[in-house]
Amino acid sequence: MLYHKEREAETRSRVSADFFTGGKILEIIVCVKQVPGTNKVEIDPVTGTLKREGVESKMNPYDLFAVETALRLTEKYGGHVHALSMGPNQAKAVLLETVYMGAEDGTLISDRAFAGADVLSTSRTISQAIGKLAPCDLILCGKQTTDGDTAQVGAEIAEWLGIPHANNVTEITDVTGDGFTATVNLDAYVTAQHMPLPSLVCMDADVNTPRLPSYKVKKETKEDVIRTLTLADFEDADKSHYGLSGSPTQVERIFEPEKNAEKETITGTGKEQAQKLYDLLKKRKFV
Amino acid sequence: MDVLKIHQEKVTKETGEALEKICPFGAITCQNGKLDISAACRMCRMCVKKGPAGIITLEQAEDDKPKVNKDEWRGIAVFVEHRDGEIHNVTKELIGKARELAAVTGHPVYALMIGSGIEKSAESLLKYGVDKVFIYDHPELKEYLMEPYANAFEDFIRRVKPSAILVGATNIGRSLAPRVAARMRTGLTADCTKLEMKPNTDLVQIRPAFGGNIMAQIITTNNRPQFCTVRYKIFEAAKTVEEPAGEVVKMNLPEEKRKSRIRLLRTKEKPKEVDISEASVIVAVGRGLKSQADIALAKELADVLGAQLACTRPMVENGWFDPKKQIGLSGRTVNAKLIITLGVSGSVQFAAGMRNSECIVSVNSDPEAPIFDIAHYGICGDLYEIVPELIRHIKEGAADVV
Repeated sequence: MLYHKEREAETRSRVSADFFTGGKILEIIVCVKQVPGTNKVEIDPVTGTLKREGVESKMNPYDLFAVETALRLTEKYGGHVHALSMGPNQAKAVLLETVYMGAEDGTLISDRAFAGADVLSTSRTISQAIGKLAPCDLILCGKQTTDGDTAQVGAEIAEWLGIPHANNVTEITDVTGDGFTATVNLDAYVTAQHMPLPSLVCMDADVNTPRLPSYKVKKETKEDVIRTLTLADFEDADKSHYGLSGSPTQVERIFEPEKNAEKETITGTGKEQAQKLYDLLKKRKFV
Repeated sequence: MDVLKIHQEKVTKETGEALEKICPFGAITCQNGKLDISAACRMCRMCVKKGPAGIITLEQAEDDKPKVNKDEWRGIAVFVEHRDGEIHNVTKELIGKARELAAVTGHPVYALMIGSGIEKSAESLLKYGVDKVFIYDHPELKEYLMEPYANAFEDFIRRVKPSAILVGATNIGRSLAPRVAARMRTGLTADCTKLEMKPNTDLVQIRPAFGGNIMAQIITTNNRPQFCTVRYKIFEAAKTVEEPAGEVVKMNLPEEKRKSRIRLLRTKEKPKEVDISEASVIVAVGRGLKSQADIALAKELADVLGAQLACTRPMVENGWFDPKKQIGLSGRTVNAKLIITLGVSGSVQFAAGMRNSECIVSVNSDPEAPIFDIAHYGICGDLYEIVPELIRHIKEGAADVV
């Protein structure tokens, strides 16, 4: 277990000078999330309830690139990778998966008080947990999750911590005690930026080939490699700052997407359908 | 603020099990007659609305948060995305939407532009009906750097106090908007597909939710400004006005606010690529394609139609396609004249990226596939029969003309 000594009460909205190790030992926190294995969520037309088919869940695929980046950095420069996740007890599975890939340990942030958290409230929660895991030099996140699809939590965590961030980073190189070079994809152009330590980086997708979890490590790992943090562990334990209460945005209603009213169905055998479609494309001057 | 309260004394085996079933997130468990809600709860309130009455109730907790004075926040602001003064088209789309929204409340439309030597470019926005373009024009702001840009953004908000802010969901917008929204301790809704304005100035933000076939309507009831990002090609570009009446307002950012802990080392232009966002005809493939080799069939159709080939997220995840070819919330948004989808089921996250297309033709073997809800022409059938035939017709048709 490589947990760092927890420190006494001190607000974590801004990190203090001893938040990081100065790059002497690279301590990386990688944020991962458990997402549903399927995105088949529907509104039941009869009862009006939400239906989620299948209960399997998996690690958010975008996070794997961040985990792989973190592991390669510590392999090259020395240091440790610590996994962090927020979610229900079942989310320990993705923390364990990260450990089997090579992380030292994992921390689950779990409390019913966090239910219904929006982006601001989620990022506040995670930043509080990061405060408990200090020292830390680098925080790595994936690009976005496949269930929320917002791609915003990383930048907001960095703002709560008062440290710089970059999104859509394709590569991290030249790590020294002063910082590192991040290659940033800005749509039309690419920049190389020198970022200080500590910083938060959201890795772009498909920037590496994530390794598979090791079966050997899995067999050797004990459950206590994962610990849980609840609201009571936070420096700021004011309930009203978290979950739905701490969320400026509120979901007013949920509904099924609009259906297209003017739709036409093309029927017949495959041959007939192809003929009808061709006639249609011709009529509308697409061919 | 609302919290869920469990009335244990009313829990029975039947009602407990019913509640377990109703929770779409598996957060409710009932063991030995004791009901529990875990951290998996997303506060969707299904248990309150649809569950057996009176067992889980929504309680108004003590709410001593100060109420925001919404009258102090006026204007709909658009963040101007540009490169050396060349304005990204998403900005014009957002201005168009901002004008519609502002018409409801009678608010002005603002634009915020940060850069160097941008005055002329800022003036060019006035013809789209912007009332005031606020510019932070300084040589040190020439290149995008997160910290000084966030500082300028914050300065603009504190001084101008706009009620709502629209930001393009580009890589820069998606980095800057959350940074500034968190600094203002306010809400941010990503990738809105629809925006409406309430007379009380609450911005109604609609986007796909829970990663499924569900839309959520989101509001920011007690915080200002209200922040949202919108992807390129979701809204229509603003029409020009005959007599622009707006003005460019110069703003100053103090020197210490222009400092950056991040240093720009170099920038490199990316080679221009054909972007599927710009394509007018698209053939999109999904999991109905049985093997990677079958991409050739779709490619052939795309070629005879002069179309771009695009795909769904699973096709990128299994390594068959480059991520740049992906349509959807985690890929590109397209606004094509014609899009033919082959073997695409049509998740909301995919549909959000293409439903504005003028003519949607969908081929899928599953009659229940949600893609048929948005397709203008639905073809329930086997793409392996239909596509080769269609290609043959198109080729013969072309030969006839010659």
